[in-house]
Amino acid sequence: MSLITTLARLEAVRDGRARPLATVRHRHLAEKPFVFVPLTTAGEAGAPLGAMVGTDPDTPRLLVVPQPRDRDLRSAFLAELAEAMLPYIESYAEGAEYAEDTENTSGSEEPCADAPQLLVPSAAGVEYVRLLGRSMRFRRTAEQDPDAPHPAPPRVPLLGRWLTHFGERARVPGSSLLPAMTQLLGRHWATGQSVLEDQHLGALLAWIDPPHGLTGAEAAARAERERDRDGLLVHPPAGPATDPVFDNKRLAPAIARYDQGRTGAEREIHDLLETQLRPTWDAVWRGVGLLRALPEGAHVADRWKRDRWSYTAHRDRLRAGEPPQPKQDDAVTAARKLGARETAQAQLDAQEALDDPLVMAGRRLAGEAFEGEVTAVVMEYSQAKVPRPRPLVTVRTGDAPHPAEGARLHRALPGGKSQSAEFVAHEADGTLTVRLTGGMGRGKVPEAGSVPEPGDTVCWTLFEHAPRGGPELPDPDRTPWTHGGPPAAAAEAPDPVTAEDLL
Amino acid sequence: MIRSLDSRPEARPETAAPTALRQRLAELRGPTVAPRPLDARALAALAANPGCHRRALLDGAGVDKAALSRALGAPAAFGQSQFAFVRGHAFEARVKADGGAELVRLLRERLGDGSPAPEHVDLPDLAAAGPEGRTARTALALREATAAGRWAVLDHPLLALTVAGTPAYLEPDAVVVHPDGSWTVVEIKSFAMVDGSADSAKVGAAARQAAVYALALEAVAERLGAEAGLVRHRILLVCPKDFSNLPAASLVDVRKQLATTRRQLARLTGVASIAAALPEGTTFDLCLADDGRTSMRPAAELASAVDAVAAAYAPECLAACELAFHCRARSRAADAVQALGRGLRAELGGLTTVGAVLAAASGEAGDPDDPTVSALRRAAALRAQALAGVAG
Repeated sequence: MSLITTLARLEAVRDGRARPLATVRHRHLAEKPFVFVPLTTAGEAGAPLGAMVGTDPDTPRLLVVPQPRDRDLRSAFLAELAEAMLPYIESYAEGAEYAEDTENTSGSEEPCADAPQLLVPSAAGVEYVRLLGRSMRFRRTAEQDPDAPHPAPPRVPLLGRWLTHFGERARVPGSSLLPAMTQLLGRHWATGQSVLEDQHLGALLAWIDPPHGLTGAEAAARAERERDRDGLLVHPPAGPATDPVFDNKRLAPAIARYDQGRTGAEREIHDLLETQLRPTWDAVWRGVGLLRALPEGAHVADRWKRDRWSYTAHRDRLRAGEPPQPKQDDAVTAARKLGARETAQAQLDAQEALDDPLVMAGRRLAGEAFEGEVTAVVMEYSQAKVPRPRPLVTVRTGDAPHPAEGARLHRALPGGKSQSAEFVAHEADGTLTVRLTGGMGRGKVPEAGSVPEPGDTVCWTLFEHAPRGGPELPDPDRTPWTHGGPPAAAAEAPDPVTAEDLL
Repeated sequence: MIRSLDSRPEARPETAAPTALRQRLAELRGPTVAPRPLDARALAALAANPGCHRRALLDGAGVDKAALSRALGAPAAFGQSQFAFVRGHAFEARVKADGGAELVRLLRERLGDGSPAPEHVDLPDLAAAGPEGRTARTALALREATAAGRWAVLDHPLLALTVAGTPAYLEPDAVVVHPDGSWTVVEIKSFAMVDGSADSAKVGAAARQAAVYALALEAVAERLGAEAGLVRHRILLVCPKDFSNLPAASLVDVRKQLATTRRQLARLTGVASIAAALPEGTTFDLCLADDGRTSMRPAAELASAVDAVAAAYAPECLAACELAFHCRARSRAADAVQALGRGLRAELGGLTTVGAVLAAASGEAGDPDDPTVSALRRAAALRAQALAGVAG
């Protein structure tokens, strides 16, 4: 955490409400995001209890598993989920017929014009999407395998593959296909509590937008702990885990009544889950409203385009009939993914700083950038056969960068391009000299506006503005033996259906 | 590996606290209140925050912290869903159903070291009266199983460990004795291992917990006159496989956790010296009413008793200690920066309150030659400049 962020948190303590950490919105927010609030059964992996889903804040759709241990009810829930989610996901798939299999293309082809965005309440929700994807994508439908003892409903494996893709994409820094509301809000506001406590969506919102007459701390304490007469949380947790008191006092007796075949028991479970899901659903949409009030950062559309590419490429893999994503990546794919994430992180760091003076302030404090006023510009030329302009710019700055002599510097030009320069020296009077080395056009005379003038305020960074990825990796079928050799071609078997799945 | 197995395990492990201390702790707890035993989870949490005298004393004295936090008006949010409870028990019962053969099979499969397949797995009876009887019975069973040179599984043995001068009784899920006489701690958890990997936070917690068991086993080995090397440093973690109820196992190296726990537990200030520093007559007795739940002590009186012992609150406590909400409120009331996180505290040098940091940042206070103060002022100026640029 940078000292500027720390300071923002302490200001929030003093003011009793959250303080800004950004002056623009650094993540894409879809016009029509699909909000997914899942609940899971305690102590069991991949046993959903219910979910609230949809794109309209006023009319959520409630899906419920009245007895989470019943495999058939679980299947029915997943079928309903597929029916609710897939039309949304697939509605963006038309157009852009010739996309390549990679995120970046060399040609002029474009990705799908827009992409779906799934919004979950918290980081645990993102993990749950991954888990659901894993539990569904290897399932076999009756059509694929007529002998399977418990065939999956038709569209469930497909949803599993999409959710796996969303979950995998969420690990790429700056991506917005599957954002978690706590992370979105935490990126833009500093609360007067710790990062750990910020994982609680209700408490986080309480700090950002406290109800009238309460400080953030008081409102957050209520959101975390207020319980009614029966000991139930007034503000249920954002899931997917439920409050144990709710499980023991409300849900377990209702499920017992359902098991006895009592009439109205299923309705009762529906109503109970609605009480747990609706507050979180509303909180997510409240977060959406708060984020919409921030203007979008200049590079956000650029990053969203990568997300659109990722969506388009996955659509094409599905259309090409490729098998589901493997349980474990082979060496080359894993290395490629890690490399892509590192590059995305470097790009995100650079772009956020360029888009937002508050982020740049953090980089300046860290000595990774400096801003100042130009005091002199001396025209010089390179020694080459055709001399090139290499002007020397002197800057007075209060920042304390530590570039080595000859270090490369970068500056954003008004057109959005970046201009390279090299550091020459710290002068005795405290100013810095920088030699411009590019971005001035092809001629002997620099293009208008490409060289700063005395009196201009300029900001140079020590980091690149558009960092590139690492070296090329071999094709998977040329994986060296040191990394396990070429991966086996066979698609992976579905999980065996065992009696133990059903307790 | 074994030096001598002739010495009989002592009838009573050397964990009993001196009488005077016991009496003092009973006073702190309340004369009529039975002590709450320390478990491995509490010990692992204690070791994670060794600077907290409050926790060391309350746990050492066996005070029911959950009841105390309720009486203080800041109840903890811990609890277990009965769904998780039922599932966890069903899974453990299933793993142990065949008298330990399945556990040995999983262990051999993971080890892959060609250790002999069992013809028969011993399953000694560990039943005995009282915790001291049970620890003695466990020690005896370990000694016999080690000498027998066969596979043996000890189901829920009881081990004793001295923590800050008071005994703690620990009950691992199982301990496997190998034919070569070495011991492996088995930890059975109900979180799933999907495609061979599990939630790292949960695995970490299980490893810390298992390290406490390994530490207690080393103490038993020592008492038996054997080398501490008897206890294997890779524990067997057993979890449900993927989405089923079948077991999947993995060996987890706990050397690091073992070293950390050993160091932290050694650092724990003795409960005796903390108790000695308390004002005369301090007690955490809730003076429970006849219903056994309602505290008759005024909350303010209890709070001042609790505040007499120094705490070291950090946000991590919220996940590990029943008293955390109370300590958080106190920490915030004291304007402590540590309430916002240990990392944040670390970068602020000698400035420990929010007020002091903000005053230093705004230039109202603080020594400008202090590097922390000058960095803060620089940060405040940059932040203000960036925010003003947007507003204007």
